[in-house]
Amino acid sequence: MSRLGTITRRTFLGLAAVAAGGIAVGYYYYRKPYPNPLEDDLAEGEVTFNPYLKIGSDETITVIAPRAEMGQGISTTLAAFVAEELDVTLDRVKVEHGPPSYAYYNAAMLEEGGGFNFWDNSFTAETVRGMMGVAGKMLGLQATGGSTAARDGFDRMRQAGAAARAMLVDAAAARLGVAATELETENGTIVHTASGRSVTYGSVATDAAKLAPPSEVRLREPAQWKLLGKPQPRVDMLDKVTGAPIFGIDVRQPDMLFATVRMSPVFGAKPVRSDISAATAMPGVLKIVPIESTYGSGFGVIAENTWAAFKAAEAIDVEWGEPAYPRTHDAIVSMIADAARSGDASAMRDDGDVDAAFADAPPERVIESEYSVPYLAHAPMEPMNCTARLKDGVLDVWAPNQMPVLVRWFCSDIAGVPGERTNVHTTSMGGAFGRRGELDYAIYATILAKETDGRPVQVTWTREEDMRRGVYRPASAGLFRARIGDDGLPVAVDMRIAAQNMMASLTSRLFPSLPAGGSDPSITDGSRNQPYTIPNYRVSEIQVPLTIPVSFWRSVGNSVNGFFHEAFMDEIAHAGGIDPVEMRRKLMADFPAAVAVVDKVAEMSGWGETLPEGKARGFAFTLSFGSWCGQVVQIADTPAGIKLEKMWIAVDVGTALDPGIIETQMTSGAVFGLSAAMGQELTFRDGMVEQSNFHDFDAMRMHQAPEFEVAVLENFHKMGGVGEVGTPPAAPALANAIFALTGKRIRSLPLSKEAAFA
Amino acid sequence: MQLEVDGRQIDIQVDPQMPLLWALRDVAGILGPKFGCGIAACGACTVLIDGAPVRSCVLPVGDVTGRVTTIEGLARDGALHRVQQAWLDEQVAQCGYCQAGQIMTAVALLEEIPDPTDDDIDKAMAGNLCRCGTYPRIRAAIKRAAGNATGA
Ligand code: FES
Ligand code: FES
Repeated sequence: MSRLGTITRRTFLGLAAVAAGGIAVGYYYYRKPYPNPLEDDLAEGEVTFNPYLKIGSDETITVIAPRAEMGQGISTTLAAFVAEELDVTLDRVKVEHGPPSYAYYNAAMLEEGGGFNFWDNSFTAETVRGMMGVAGKMLGLQATGGSTAARDGFDRMRQAGAAARAMLVDAAAARLGVAATELETENGTIVHTASGRSVTYGSVATDAAKLAPPSEVRLREPAQWKLLGKPQPRVDMLDKVTGAPIFGIDVRQPDMLFATVRMSPVFGAKPVRSDISAATAMPGVLKIVPIESTYGSGFGVIAENTWAAFKAAEAIDVEWGEPAYPRTHDAIVSMIADAARSGDASAMRDDGDVDAAFADAPPERVIESEYSVPYLAHAPMEPMNCTARLKDGVLDVWAPNQMPVLVRWFCSDIAGVPGERTNVHTTSMGGAFGRRGELDYAIYATILAKETDGRPVQVTWTREEDMRRGVYRPASAGLFRARIGDDGLPVAVDMRIAAQNMMASLTSRLFPSLPAGGSDPSITDGSRNQPYTIPNYRVSEIQVPLTIPVSFWRSVGNSVNGFFHEAFMDEIAHAGGIDPVEMRRKLMADFPAAVAVVDKVAEMSGWGETLPEGKARGFAFTLSFGSWCGQVVQIADTPAGIKLEKMWIAVDVGTALDPGIIETQMTSGAVFGLSAAMGQELTFRDGMVEQSNFHDFDAMRMHQAPEFEVAVLENFHKMGGVGEVGTPPAAPALANAIFALTGKRIRSLPLSKEAAFA
Repeated sequence: MQLEVDGRQIDIQVDPQMPLLWALRDVAGILGPKFGCGIAACGACTVLIDGAPVRSCVLPVGDVTGRVTTIEGLARDGALHRVQQAWLDEQVAQCGYCQAGQIMTAVALLEEIPDPTDDDIDKAMAGNLCRCGTYPRIRAAIKRAAGNATGA
């Protein structure tokens, strides 16, 4: 790890310097363009204009969508950016993911990481956002996450399309001997209307690529958009209805071997006693090798087929060491709950004087509640897998992953080959939800590729391995207090939220030599930064020193705090005798975008109408990833249990790039949140996760899914994210509906512990 | 042993205990059916055997007696199966990983019940998990395909 250690330290010092020294330090790097990675790999007759576009003399137009397709439709939207300005329809375009390259850095993801409220446009917030964007370029994070992909590509990729179109028009003008201003483009053809003559993009591409890119381009106004703002057919749909081999698990290379891993289910522990002889002797098994990594210790089983590898892995006789955290579930849960009650807290938001406001509060005007949520697995449909080949000093890694630059960095280090001789091929992903931002699957595959004499090896995890050696959504506990004023509105709220530090957990896996301290904004994300005005408003973070691996899970801290905050707001409304929607309108009055969302979802759902006996509704709202989302869910009491009948969602995303994709992402995010709220929980025994597969960690099924109605608004002046925004309000909306139906306030997820669902 | 898959005879020499899923994927190179759970709990591996939906991850290949149809065998002469076409028209898939299994189960449902009610759909599809939450569009696509079946 030595080489990696040095690079890491330097990069982090670089980041620190940018943050401390201001814009001047980073400016030079920021303006210096990265090389165009497409130049090395052009087909016959093909030219490239910039890192996002290739055009062939056969009229093939290839757009690079350098963010990973994990189901969120991003490849379609990114391709539409380039196509819009290039003036071609999407069916004319071939979409590729592109190589891992610093040219495709994600600045938007870091920009939101600065710990400022999204609406806070003050000088400091803007400056830090700008600086963190610079750091993104320096770190070269070609990451997919944080619902940032579309926001990040919006300007750059449209400019790429516009610049290429200008160059093509200039080349056509020279070819036809007319002025460029007399030419018009039309879906891949450049037309001189006056003479009726025309040339195609492909025929002038070679000439055009030789021209200098224009120093300035004019982007189309939204009113002129032909593709953006309208639902586009997804570019990946045909493959996905025909079972095409597009996923990581579908990678096939000549002479490929198959493998799996069996890693310690006690996190951080090593095998203390093991016997691999019986497993090694099983038919089809070629080799069993030990694996040591920052992600864990265990074994890799290399075999002739996946099934043989699975069976042999199961047959390894092994006893694991002791955990560095409590062995029992109760002890783990108590640690987190105790921390929320009495641990050292640091205030992440502190408006007014909360202590004074509670000091003289009449006891009957104070409510206090404890909330908790469990650890959760991501459980994407495609289990973790990765294929690697180390041959002739070149490492190839085929990985469904969200972080190709980091995959290249770590795997080349393990294989002992330079980064330039490491090719990362990012496949489509059968879901990710944050899980594939980790690197364990790629690290293990690379370790096994060193054992196969140059033959490629595909490492597929069993579902059991995927679930029990995960990196989890942290469990969390909250102690919430409110003082209700005479008008029924809250005058003071005090929110203490305890969880593991996710950044420290991530650092221990990726950069174990680095110290990991400091605050973790994700612990309070979704509670500290909501658009409510309450005179005394404190939200505190309490770190819990557990070492269970935790990581990003769809909507991250918002998945926890969306529930805590919005279920507690419902309690406040009830205690104050105010309708929960009406209370939001009052408390959010300073944020017109929020009020418009609340009004819209109230109107769509007919909030306030009298419902038939045995039906009830719940409301919740969360601002996350820059988008404002309100949800109402209607439930019914049926003989089989509670049935979710319908959910209404209103979301303000600022600019709606593809309303069709936004609608499906809202539904998807809500189903994800409802699945967790209804029934998901990881429990521990002897330091190991007890759940292992979909029979004991299930998700919403067809018959449980409500009908959905989604409204997409564009009131706010900044573009927000889409992929994670539907998740946070789903759990509290449902919990609040259950309260309205049954009078029972459930403050601990999953709801199935206290309610039966149909 | 001999298998008939998607109208082709294939000869594979494997342990008859190997689940059909892995025989198809790792030995025969038929990658349409996906691996999701290995315990018949998610439906990603669904294929048809003589028209009936089967979880291929738990069926030993030695026990297969009928004609196997995978997602790769649905299209005929370059034209998508009407269920696939309905999926395309409704833009159902997100990550897409579960969809081969969803489509195979829907094909079997519509063969048995050409015009299914919501209840029929709920029952037939309960074994097919979709972590991306595409259920509303799956339902719409099944209804669209059913409409096509009756010429509506
Ligand atoms: S893989 Fe067969 S049902 Fe899940
Ligand atoms: S589309 Fe992703 S699991 Fe169904």
